[in-house]
Amino acid sequence: MSSIRPVKQARKALLWLLIVFIIATGVLVAGAANGKTGWGPKLALDLEGGTEMILAPRVQGDQEINQEQLDQAVEIIRQRVDGSGVSEAEITTQSGRNVVVSMPGTPDQATRELIQASAAMEFRPVLVSGSYQATPKDQRTAKADLPKPNGEPKNASDTNWVTADLYQKFEAFDCTNEEDKKSSEDADPAKPMISCDESVGVKYILGPQEIPGDQISDAYAQLARGVNGSVTGEWVVVIEFNQQGTKTFADTTQRLIALQGAQNQFAIVLDGQIISAPTTNAVISDGRPQISGGFTQETSQALAEQLKYGALPISFDIQSERQVSATLGADQLTAGLIAGIIGLVLVFIYSLFQYRALGLVTIASLLVSGVLTYLSLVLLGWGMNYRLSLAGVAGLIVAIGLIADSFIVYFERVRDELREGRPLASAVDIGWGRAKRTILASKAVNVLAAVVLYIVAVGNVRGFAFTLGLTAIIDLVVVYGLTHPTLVLLARTKFFADGHRLSGLDPSLLGVEPLYKGAGQVRRFGENAEANRGKKNAKASDEAAKRMTIAERRREEAAQAIRPGNASSKAQEENNE
Amino acid sequence: MNKLVTWGNELYTGKRSYPFTSKHRLWFAIAGAMVILSILVPVVKGGFNLGIDFRGGSEFTVSDVQNTDIKIGEHAVTSVASGAEATVTNIAPNTMRVQTERLSDDETLAIAASLAEDYGVSSDEVTSNFIGPTWGQDVSRQALLGLFAFVVLVGLLMAAYFRTWKMSLAAIVGLLVVIFVTAGIYSVTGFEITPSAIIGFLTILSYSLYDTVVVFDKVRENTKDFTKQSKRTFEQLVNLAVNQTLVRSINTSVVAVLPVASILFIGSYMLGAGTLKDLSLALFVGIIISALSTLFVQAPLYQWLRRNDSDVVEHSKKMAVA
Repeated sequence: MSSIRPVKQARKALLWLLIVFIIATGVLVAGAANGKTGWGPKLALDLEGGTEMILAPRVQGDQEINQEQLDQAVEIIRQRVDGSGVSEAEITTQSGRNVVVSMPGTPDQATRELIQASAAMEFRPVLVSGSYQATPKDQRTAKADLPKPNGEPKNASDTNWVTADLYQKFEAFDCTNEEDKKSSEDADPAKPMISCDESVGVKYILGPQEIPGDQISDAYAQLARGVNGSVTGEWVVVIEFNQQGTKTFADTTQRLIALQGAQNQFAIVLDGQIISAPTTNAVISDGRPQISGGFTQETSQALAEQLKYGALPISFDIQSERQVSATLGADQLTAGLIAGIIGLVLVFIYSLFQYRALGLVTIASLLVSGVLTYLSLVLLGWGMNYRLSLAGVAGLIVAIGLIADSFIVYFERVRDELREGRPLASAVDIGWGRAKRTILASKAVNVLAAVVLYIVAVGNVRGFAFTLGLTAIIDLVVVYGLTHPTLVLLARTKFFADGHRLSGLDPSLLGVEPLYKGAGQVRRFGENAEANRGKKNAKASDEAAKRMTIAERRREEAAQAIRPGNASSKAQEENNE
Repeated sequence: MNKLVTWGNELYTGKRSYPFTSKHRLWFAIAGAMVILSILVPVVKGGFNLGIDFRGGSEFTVSDVQNTDIKIGEHAVTSVASGAEATVTNIAPNTMRVQTERLSDDETLAIAASLAEDYGVSSDEVTSNFIGPTWGQDVSRQALLGLFAFVVLVGLLMAAYFRTWKMSLAAIVGLLVVIFVTAGIYSVTGFEITPSAIIGFLTILSYSLYDTVVVFDKVRENTKDFTKQSKRTFEQLVNLAVNQTLVRSINTSVVAVLPVASILFIGSYMLGAGTLKDLSLALFVGIIISALSTLFVQAPLYQWLRRNDSDVVEHSKKMAVA
């Protein structure tokens, strides 16, 4: 067996780790220098302070919500939050069910309601149109001239819906006033309402809801076709209704086509705001109306998207809402860091106690893992907007133990091989071969758990699962790239190979009998070891011998007899490798 | 160290050996009794001490408080919502926690403001937490789903890795023991169950199996060609493997528990209840139970499952004759 190959491989592995390390550091320094990322990981809300709301969709009936709908809901909520002037809000979905809104500071009541409200899309016929702003007081209709309904309205287009009260309100309604705008958001679908059309700068009185948005099955933008089927170059929006919608829409257009002026229009209302109020040109009986009129590709696509999103009959319940004070977040981060440092120091002390100089390898590996984790967190924060949460910090602290664990598995394997009477260099190689498999299998369990947790996670479980999985992978990188190569190289040094008392790999303590020292020399460790161990241990082993049952003694004798043969068969394995 | 290493040596060679497999009846009886108790106690006690996340309600944390008088907090709540009952606790130095029944958004905001005023801190120091009634159920449902998915996947993974479903089965039965007993301990002690504690439970699954994989790897190595040797019976080989990995099991458990204990300590001392403390408490209990379960349940159970396999029976017979 040549000892040059493992050494070469070890140097190569160390070099690779160094390269990875330099690249990651380089990227970070470059990013930070350009101001594209900070030096620290991005912090989640529970550490930075702010508000986090977890919203659960309230779906009508027994409908199931799918990921696509949820994504659309997120899009709607994002538009609303952006519209309300809150900056830096983050809106994400979670476990295919909930929507999580995180934002700095405390949102006011209005923003909170805005986020919760359902995207109610509906079709309403137009009854009256008017100027965008409130009609100046002196120009308003005199009391005597106000509309007087002369009976119950027969259909949605019936002007009997417009009462004197409503008309006065309509004249006073100012579309440039935010308060007025919002008041139309939760209009009763069975009653008329006042709403604004921002795109053309007009306000309308609308009749009751004729078709709810959920009867739209699809909406898309396309280039219109002329009579002969040739493309005209004009962009139109096509709506596709479902069966029920098709029927109602046919009836509606039938009625509207006969009406004049504003009453010929129908309004598409989303969240109380009119997104379009086209006029009726024909009776649409196939449920596929086309909206045309000066669209560009962008505006037509935007309207189509709105129609599609708006068809989403979802409102949200706040399942949990947290306002975290920045002070508490900072306190928790400090506490977490202190806990982490204490945990790390305890693990250091324990490793030194258990593995002496070898403990230093553990410490070095843990420190390198720490640096790599830090780099990953900052870079993931930059690249993927990953934010470290309190649960994530807990995951990191727990990971200290799990990382140190794989070193223990490895070191114990090396010790086992030493106990079999191998010289250190080959004990390290063979021990690694065995430990490698165990470490891989156990890390696979860890990563699997992290992935499952991450996928099904609710609330802040995700951050925890993420750091747990991340550190499991970093652990593998460090064990392969640092711990093992270092041990291979150290095994060739005199200090370790000779089994210095403080090396943690003292063969005499490991109960090795003859140790083949190379160059044909055999050192008998057993004799020295007894002396080295002192009285205490001699006593202990005497005691152990006394305590042996007859069966155990026999077994021990049998083991003694079998061991040489055993060792030689192992040696053969080595040659084969 | 010397003593421990010597002890490790003796365990390794089989000079010193603890009867993990041969006394399996005793261990199984103890584990079984603990599981039954863990099921009975919550039934008798009427369930667990569920956190506010499961009950629904509002919770406020006020930091940097100079005067930790509980009455101040109670008054701050009743001044806004007259009928509301408030539970005010001083959870850590300078930190108060106020829990109330579910309140409306407006009331929650108003109470946060009034707490800040009455305790004489800025509104930045008040953290409020409103939890809907279904939130806890949601967390539990997802956790159960996660548990189920994880157990199935890991069962397959282990069966593939060890190429025997019996190891997989033994590992998973042991895992269930860990879950039940940990839950039982929570019920007996009245520790509060929060979503963070549930994350802790889920992590224990991973830790417990991690531990088992390491020990089973040694078991597999020892029993790989057991029919070709006549030194030890199958059962003795399994027992030897457990003994040989005992030092490692102790070391890894200690190393895993140390950081968790430090979170537990710092979490309780500096912050009172919260994510860090709840999580670490569950982990602390679970890691210890997991380590014990691997030694006393999983490994003996594997041997027990294999006891009637033809190769094991045949080999034991041969050994008995010899």
